[in-house]
Order: sequence, then structure tokens, then C-alpha cells
Amino acid sequence: MTVTSVQTRELSEQGSHTISLFVHDRPGVLVRVALVFSRRGYNIESLVVSPAASGGFSRMTITCSGETATLDQIILQLAKLVDVVSAIDHTGDEAYETEIALIKLDVEDESRTKVLQIAEHFNARVVDYAAKSIVLRVYGSSEKLDALISLLLPSGVGELVRSGKILMARGSQST
Amino acid sequence: MKVPTGAEKLIQCLEREGVDYVFGLSGGAAMPIFDALVDSSIKLIMVRHEQGAAHMADGYARASGRPGVVLVTSGPGATNTVTGLLTAQMDSVPMIVLTGQTISPMLGKDAFQEADVTGITYAVVKHSYLVKNAADIPRVTREAFHITNSGRPGPVLIDLPKDVTQGPCEAAFVDRVDLPGYDVPTHPDSHAIETAAELLKNAKRPVLYVGHGSVISGAGKAIIALAETLRAPIVNTLLGKGAADETHPLHLGMLGMHGTAYANKAVVDCDLIMSIGARWDDRITGKLDEFCVDAVKIHIDIDPAEFNKMVPADVAIQGDALQCVEALLPLLERADTDDWLATIAEWRRKYPLKYPKQGGLRAQHVLDRLHALTQGTSVITTDVGQHQMWAAQFCLSTTNRNWISSGGAGTMGFGFPAAIGAQFAQPDKQVWAVVGDGGFQMTQAELATAQNHKLPVKCLIINNNYLGMVRQWQELFYDNRYSGVDLEGNPDFVKLAEAFGVKAWRIKRPADVDRILKQASEYNDGPCLVVAEVVKEDNVFPMIPGGAPLKDMLIEKPKTPLQKPTGST
Repeated sequence: MTVTSVQTRELSEQGSHTISLFVHDRPGVLVRVALVFSRRGYNIESLVVSPAASGGFSRMTITCSGETATLDQIILQLAKLVDVVSAIDHTGDEAYETEIALIKLDVEDESRTKVLQIAEHFNARVVDYAAKSIVLRVYGSSEKLDALISLLLPSGVGELVRSGKILMARGSQST
Repeated sequence: MKVPTGAEKLIQCLEREGVDYVFGLSGGAAMPIFDALVDSSIKLIMVRHEQGAAHMADGYARASGRPGVVLVTSGPGATNTVTGLLTAQMDSVPMIVLTGQTISPMLGKDAFQEADVTGITYAVVKHSYLVKNAADIPRVTREAFHITNSGRPGPVLIDLPKDVTQGPCEAAFVDRVDLPGYDVPTHPDSHAIETAAELLKNAKRPVLYVGHGSVISGAGKAIIALAETLRAPIVNTLLGKGAADETHPLHLGMLGMHGTAYANKAVVDCDLIMSIGARWDDRITGKLDEFCVDAVKIHIDIDPAEFNKMVPADVAIQGDALQCVEALLPLLERADTDDWLATIAEWRRKYPLKYPKQGGLRAQHVLDRLHALTQGTSVITTDVGQHQMWAAQFCLSTTNRNWISSGGAGTMGFGFPAAIGAQFAQPDKQVWAVVGDGGFQMTQAELATAQNHKLPVKCLIINNNYLGMVRQWQELFYDNRYSGVDLEGNPDFVKLAEAFGVKAWRIKRPADVDRILKQASEYNDGPCLVVAEVVKEDNVFPMIPGGAPLKDMLIEKPKTPLQKPTGST
């Protein structure tokens, strides 16, 4: 299947938020978190779960969109969950954010050069080089990934996998 | 020493938590737990339907302040408690629901009577556990009891696979909980208290708006002291009834959709309203955009997720209602609100609660007389509908935890089993279930439960042979087009009670009311039932149509047809 359109986020789109959760690693915690969003009709765009530095705890980074007032309620409801230790909305914070994408392109000889030129500008690395396709790996801000993907779309993006955004607060601030 | 089974350990944990009653119904996956109950001091109250067990545990909890405990089997046994869980979750009631489950190797394999019970119930519990290891039983039980009745209470479900309860459990008892994600607020923020005190001092027309949080916290006496200091009227929500004595001269009774006219007028005209453990529910605020627009709003709540959810507060104080009110009291001095109280007294005189004295037997008359008989000292539980609102209006509550009603969920079938639970919790109090003919039939099988235990609970059915509240809305807003409200085919409730061996009376005429209520009140040989055959079509007033502003309150049925309400229901 060829991806014909990719939903791109505009920079600081109104209603797009990044939330960081520090959770007790117990069965069902992901469902409880997801239900807080779904009950209020809030759309989760990406969700990354990974082990935290201390054993028995996990990190969740969630990007989502919807009304800001609803989000305030969502943050409070998340914080209320017994297994959620902290819930922080990092929207607008000076936090370091990054995301990884793997992009498979169906490229013939004539378009290959153009694709590789674009890739070089974005520091995207070729991780698989085949006769009729290449796979690029790129990381950076979600906006940078959006920009690269929109440039590559005309060249025939075959598959796209994005990790979802991860984020860490700068300096002494907590994530 | 013999190693206990998981089930035996579970029951020992319940005993350590002080559990005296378990309300339940057995089944295959729960058999080890029922077996362990045989040797326990805990008394099993066997019900006829699991929904009844959940409401009994709920009534027990609301009447006592201690968590109610439910024990049911897997699959349908567990799903039958879901309505009870929702009821408890919406009204912040502490409850532990223990559900049997298929053996753990069969989880997810569509085993007989298997249901994904934690999955089904996530949205209606405060927290839940699926116990995969018998060694976790002591920790999980301790955590569940800690969570269910601290902070803002709510139900906790524990799903117990049969191999876990049947197998050995060598784990030691647990006393301490380690829940890094769960905080219970300690003292209210002193800055917020001082700010609130300043606002209260400057108020000329204050109103104290009391909710279920004040009942849970036992803040009633402190609230009366606050009202007397500020010379401020008190209004309470349906669930806040009885926290502060409703017969106190400064108390205006219930506010909101079917509240008293004077309570609602006070809220419309106040310059400050302070919520003490109430959540600005849509039954209270009516149209939100027009609710107390110019009044200062102070919000006391133990749950910070309630702040700004419905109404933005000028000051939000997180904490236990009693602690917050006690922190405020020393900062305040006696205020002069004579003009405000005089205005309210005039409303009270001009717009009293009233009902027609002619035209047959009226529910309001029966409930008015029940109040005259019980004087707010009995526990009254209700079902949901017209009878509930009339009982709330006429049966003033003087004592904390004497009023038990399903508010947030509005669960029909709640009243009668809740009364059974309340009677177990308060054996020395008189307990009346005030129910409608519709709701009663949803859980009437529990007549057997009450009769088995010779429980002196009294059930008063307000029988109009209709789903009366829906009929009222169809009359007022749907052009008299009745749809799905006629309870044609109702049983003869007296004969029904007698079939269970339960004593029953029928009230047909206003002249019979006092005599029969008194006979029922004095009847002590087990449960009894009174059916009041009231006029079929009667309406609850005052009424604020759903979604309308409070000022649009209807004191009586208007002459012109009404628009369909825009509010939630």
C-alpha cells in the first residue's frame, strides 16, 4: 500500500498538547490512561511507553489534540488515577523533544538521486538499500519529520513508521 | 501450621479490616471464597440478585461510613454488579467488590462464565485489581480498603481467579500501603483559607451550598456554626441532605431542579456561594452560563479534579470538608445579614412547598406524614423518580447519614436493597425505603433477603402505576404523548409481599395514612411493606426544566405549553 497523504501537524497548532506521565508499572495502567481520553472524545495522536529509570515505573509521553479546557480536566483526572504518580502538560514548555521515523520509499534509478539529496539535508540515514526501494531513518523534532515526509511524498512513500514524540524537560524541571 | 488457601487468607484480611457483613451470591468461580466464609465471623447476607448485593453494600456504607463488601461469582455474577458500581462511583461511596474469576490459565479463552471483569468495569471503579498471584492477596486487600475510603471514596473491585483462591497463600499480612501515585490531601492550604475568609467577611448575601462531601466528612455541626457566625442560609444537594440539620432556621432545604423555591431564589440572588463538598452538578446549576454569574464562588472539595470542571471558582480549597470549615471558623466574626435573611424569610412565606389537599391520596401527603412520624430521626432511602424528589422535599433530615439516595447515577432499584444494607449497618435505627412502583420491581426479589433475616426494614411504595417522572416530562414537554410510562400489569403489591411472608398494608385514602404508617412503624416482626395507592397523574414542583437557568423555576404547572428542555436529561 502506498501512503498518499500524511497528516501533518502545523507548528504549535492550537489544541495540540504534549503530556508526560510517570506511572506505576501495574497491569491495566495503559487502559486506565486511555479511557480518561476516550471518555471525553479526546484524540490521542501518539503514545510512547517506556521503562523509567527506577524499576517498577514507566514513562508515557502522549501527544493529543482537543480543547484546552478539556485537557485541563484530563490532566487532573489522569493525576487522580491510583497508578499515575505525576501528570504534566508540557505544552509550551522549553522541553527537549524528539521523534524517530522510518520511511520506506519505492524508488527507481531516476528518482533515487533526488530522494537521497533531500535525505542528506535532513540528516536522514539510509538503513536499507534495495533494488527498488530504500529505507530512511531520521530523527528530530516532530515538525522536522513532518517537513521531510511532505517533501518525500511525491517520490512515493511506501511505508511510514513514526515512534511518536518523546520529551524531557530542560534543566532542573521535572518531566 | 497449615498454610491457608488464598480464599482463607482473603477472608482473614477482611476480618482484619473489620468487615462484619458480606453481601453476595455464590457461583462456581467464587466457591473457594464462600467455603472460607463458613469458618469466619463475617456474616454472609445471601441475596437474590447481584445488583441487590451491590446496593445493599452501598446502603451499608452510606449509613455507617464503613466500606460495604460484595462477593459474587465470575461472568454474569460480576457483570450484574456493574450498575451498583456505577451508583457507588458517581456518589463517592466506599465499596469493595470481590469477583470470582475463571482459573488463570483459562483467562482470555472464553471459559465458562468468564468475563473480562476488570476490563468491563474500568470506567466505574476508583481502582481495581486482577490478582494473578495468591501472594498478592494481603497487599491487594490492604490497598483496596485504603483506597476505597480515603480521599474521595469510591468502589474498588478485586477479581480473583479460582486457582488463586484455591491454592496456598504463604504471604504475611500487610499493614502499610505503598502507593506512590495515590495521595490523600492533609491540611487545607492556609492561604486559600485566608482568602476565602476575607471574601466571606465581605459578603452581604452569602449562601452555604452543602453536598455529599459534608456528609462523608461529618462536617454538619461545623457548618451550622459557620452559618450562625455568618448569618448565612444553608442549602443542600440531594446527597447533602442531613449533613447539617435541615430543620435549623437557617436551612432552606434542597436546591436545584426540584429544590425549594426559597433555596433556589437565594442562590439566584446571592453575592457569594460556597460549595462545601458539592460539585456544581447540572441538577444544581441549571444553565451554566447563567448560574450565579456575579456571585463570588468558593469551592471546597477533596478532589481537585472538581475544580473548574463545571464552574470556575474564585477560591478553590482542596481538603476535607470538616477540616476546611474548622479552619475558616476562627477567622470569621459574626456578620450582619438581617436584610438578606428577611428577604429569604419573605420568600419562604410566599413560596412554601405545597400540594393540593383534595382529589385523592397524594404522595406528598403520605411523605409529609412520614416525616411527621419519623421527625428526621429514621434512615430514609429512596429510589429514583417523583417519589424521590417529594421525599427529598418533605422528609427533612436532621441527622448525618440518615438520608440515602442514588444521586449521580439515578439508579432505579436502588432504594429497597440500600435500605436492607442500611438496616444491617444501623440495627437500632428505624429504616424506611421510600420507593416507586417502577423501581421497586427492579429489585423486589430482595424481599426474600429481608425476610430471611427478619430485618425490620420498612418499605413504602408510592404507587401511581406509572414511571411518574418520565410521565411528568411527557406531560409538560412532550405534549402529553405518553410513551413507555404506563406500568400496566403491576402486581398487587400487598399480595406480593404476603407471598414472601412479609406483612403488608395498603393505603387508599388520606384518612388511612397516619394509622397505617404508625402500624408499620411499630411492626417489629421482620420487614413490612406499605403500598400507598396515590393519584396517577401528579407533578413535582417547583421545577427547573433541564438546562434552563434557575430563575426560570416553575412554581406550578404553566398555562402555556413548554419547550423541550435543552439540558442533559
